[in-house]
Amino acid sequence: MTDADLFSTRRLWRFHGGVHPPQHKRESNDQPVLKAELPGRLTLPLHQHIGAPAEPIVEVGDLVLKGQRIAKAKGYVSAPLHAPTSGRIIDIGDYPVPHPSGLSAPCIVIEADGEDRWIDREPIADYLSLEPSELRNRIRDAGIVGLGGAGFPSYIKMNPGGGKVIETLILNGAECEPYITCDDALMRRQADEIIGGMNIVRHALQARECLIAIEDNKPEAIAAMRAAIEGMEGVEVVPVPTLYPEGGEKQLVKVLTGKEVPTDSLCASVGVVGTNVGTAAAVYHAVHHGTPLISRLVTITGDGVGRPRNLEVLIGTRMDELITSCLGDLAKIERIIMGGPMMGFSMSRADLPVIKTTNCVLALHRESAPTHTAMPCIRCGACADSCPINLLPQQIYWYSKFRDLERVQEYNLFDCIECGCCSYVCPSHIPLVHYFRYAKGDIWIKEREKEKADLARRRHDSRQARIEREKAEAAALRAQKRAALEASKAAAGAADTRKTEVEAAMKRAESRRQAAMDQAETQRQKAQARVRPDAAKDEVKEALKATKETPSAEQPPEQQAGNEEKDA
Amino acid sequence: MSGPVSGPHAHGAISLRQTMLLVMLALLPATLFGLSIYGWPAFNLLTVTIVASLLAEAVCLVIAGKPVGIYLKDGSAILTGWLLAMTLPPWAPWWIGVCGALIAIVLGKQVFGGIGQNLFNPAMVARVALLIAFPLEMTTFVAPKPLFTESAPDFVQSLAITFGGGMHIDAVSSATTLGFVKTELGRHNPLDGALSQVFDLLNGFTGFMPGSMGETSAMLVLLGGLFLLYRRIISWHIPVAMIASITLLAGVFHTLSPEHFTGPLVHLLSGATLLGAFFIATDLVTSPVTARGQIIFGAGCGVLVYVIRSWANYPEGVAFAVMLMNALTPLIDHYVRPRVYGRDRKGQPLVYKGESWERDSEASR
Repeated sequence: MTDADLFSTRRLWRFHGGVHPPQHKRESNDQPVLKAELPGRLTLPLHQHIGAPAEPIVEVGDLVLKGQRIAKAKGYVSAPLHAPTSGRIIDIGDYPVPHPSGLSAPCIVIEADGEDRWIDREPIADYLSLEPSELRNRIRDAGIVGLGGAGFPSYIKMNPGGGKVIETLILNGAECEPYITCDDALMRRQADEIIGGMNIVRHALQARECLIAIEDNKPEAIAAMRAAIEGMEGVEVVPVPTLYPEGGEKQLVKVLTGKEVPTDSLCASVGVVGTNVGTAAAVYHAVHHGTPLISRLVTITGDGVGRPRNLEVLIGTRMDELITSCLGDLAKIERIIMGGPMMGFSMSRADLPVIKTTNCVLALHRESAPTHTAMPCIRCGACADSCPINLLPQQIYWYSKFRDLERVQEYNLFDCIECGCCSYVCPSHIPLVHYFRYAKGDIWIKEREKEKADLARRRHDSRQARIEREKAEAAALRAQKRAALEASKAAAGAADTRKTEVEAAMKRAESRRQAAMDQAETQRQKAQARVRPDAAKDEVKEALKATKETPSAEQPPEQQAGNEEKDA
Repeated sequence: MSGPVSGPHAHGAISLRQTMLLVMLALLPATLFGLSIYGWPAFNLLTVTIVASLLAEAVCLVIAGKPVGIYLKDGSAILTGWLLAMTLPPWAPWWIGVCGALIAIVLGKQVFGGIGQNLFNPAMVARVALLIAFPLEMTTFVAPKPLFTESAPDFVQSLAITFGGGMHIDAVSSATTLGFVKTELGRHNPLDGALSQVFDLLNGFTGFMPGSMGETSAMLVLLGGLFLLYRRIISWHIPVAMIASITLLAGVFHTLSPEHFTGPLVHLLSGATLLGAFFIATDLVTSPVTARGQIIFGAGCGVLVYVIRSWANYPEGVAFAVMLMNALTPLIDHYVRPRVYGRDRKGQPLVYKGESWERDSEASR
């Protein structure tokens, strides 16, 4: 393959900034892809995706078959979970999970029986005859979430809603993070499956064209994918320049279409849906073979392992077993990272399970995982030059350091995608992203507190109103009785009686009016507190927020930043 | 295995220390040239200024309770002393260097909170303070006396010049181009004939003329500046904007009235124009962050330099101009911000009009 083949005649756009970290891709790409050994025990966190955790539908002691559903989706933004192998449920409880907080979370633990016996699967013979909604349900039931790293339930992406027309389906094979090669390996080995999945998603979306974006550092994958789309209409493999974070969804949309996804909107709002190549392959298996998402390709790499490679791994397999199987010495490893070196997070222990979003396990020795002392910011602006969103990281850093939460939002903190470019280039080694996550966490906490306070105030107000109303009613009743009493007493004086009657009637009317007004007010408040019509949309947003909400459990940046000017 | 560490887990090659070292490397050619043509006294002054800067920095760090080793090693104090010495008359007495270093490090930098916190360029704070406090010493320049030539003082004599309470320096003093221009204009002499006595294009370019220690060689300063651009320590915006605005103003006024205003080349090749454009105005800490902000900043520096040189009392205005613009940097950074991805210039989410995907804000422009 020559350089000319990597060139696309298609017009491409540029996004601002970006960096060129050393790639380290060859290490894991040289070895053939293997199936990881069947582990004796699998730990399956109920929360492996963006959205609400799944809900167990099995009990301890149950026997399950490979591919059997063991937990169901809870709510709109959620995904079910399936047994990756046959065996017995031995526990449902809290275990350590791969999460930046390092905390434990509910998991289902399966002891494998070693037989790996499948449940009866139901492939769809002709998916074109199905309605898009039925296809989406199938994909939802297969537990498929975005395998590129975010873990957003795929069927939601395939349902843009609001009568939106999807012009372009982008298949994301950019894989811009250093070290990771699982998408590359998948494209080289299983191009036909990826294209099969792409066709299904395209059908569900009724998308006009499909673009398969691959960074030009993967010539073999480009060739394999081109061969797989031979003769297809409206599909193109587009080599894109190698530049981190090219594979970020927003960046890729800009590069391929020139459009920018408006802040606070999903890609669908500009007529684009993006999906990872691994996700497309999973869709293919779910539809054509009836196979749920129970395994994935994982890159095991870094100088901490003797033979870096890609493994096909069952979800729930322990990472330390994988590292050992790739000839890694756990005693010598300084840092284990889930994901790539730019956006991945380091883990506090090695015995954590692989989850649906684990694309890479990066084991590093001390030399390649240095820790730097942060020095003061010299306002050099290298961070701003590298920011793919065109933010001003040094200003956001300044304000987050001093907890000026209004200013950080004025500088659009929440547009930050946490790609790590700014920290990567910072000559003062300031952990900028860490500060940003921390500030985001702070703001979320504040917002939640405010919501709580608002709710409490509303409750208090309506209680107050109720008490007043009851008082008024009691008073009215008393007045009525007194009036009646007086009326009977003064039965003799006819003129007086008439007057009192009129007065009593007026009082009754007044108290009725008051009561009606109070009731209307309470109802209005209740209606406000009730679910709003666009609740589904909100739920998506909330879920997105919730899954990002990790930093509160992390160390405050000051502690991690080390010696950086404590007195500033 | 260590506990969780925040990502990213990779870092680019350049550190703060390396940044400073690269700037020093860029200064080296012009400095060596300055030392060679002004001889040992210049060497003494450079050494004294840098040593005094380092000492002042160390004392301040101890008082502030910061780790002295780490901060001294970042190289910023050396660079400040070095830059200051470059702008001093090369035969100035030792205490000019020491006073300057103290002003630069203590008042210009540490009082604000140390590296990265200062509003003004420390070297320029010192230079302006010295110029106002010691006008005589700060404006007494010597004609080049290259090392190892007959006219040059040897090392022992140089000690007398720098430390000996000043020898009769008047005997060797010589006017700078800008100083000469100011004097002649003060005497209401037309410029065109008189200028050729002091200014020669070739000397202006190579730097073989009276002036501050490191400012005279336009060629070598430019070389260092281009090196910084090449290594991406600085961006082109400030130097280009500054040089362009000086050239434009000087060109216009010179064309209108050549007997009262010198041409663009004189302005560019004399005084601290190039050193200022590439090494001083571009100081990372005290200049704006965004490209547009830097263009405004650079152009502002250029305009002020020209205005001060042409109409104010001082023959040279780079230090004043840079400091004045430093004061505006926070304001520029506040108002000039880049357009964020997915937002329009006002910061509102982008709006696309229907199927045409036209950007609203662009269509309305």
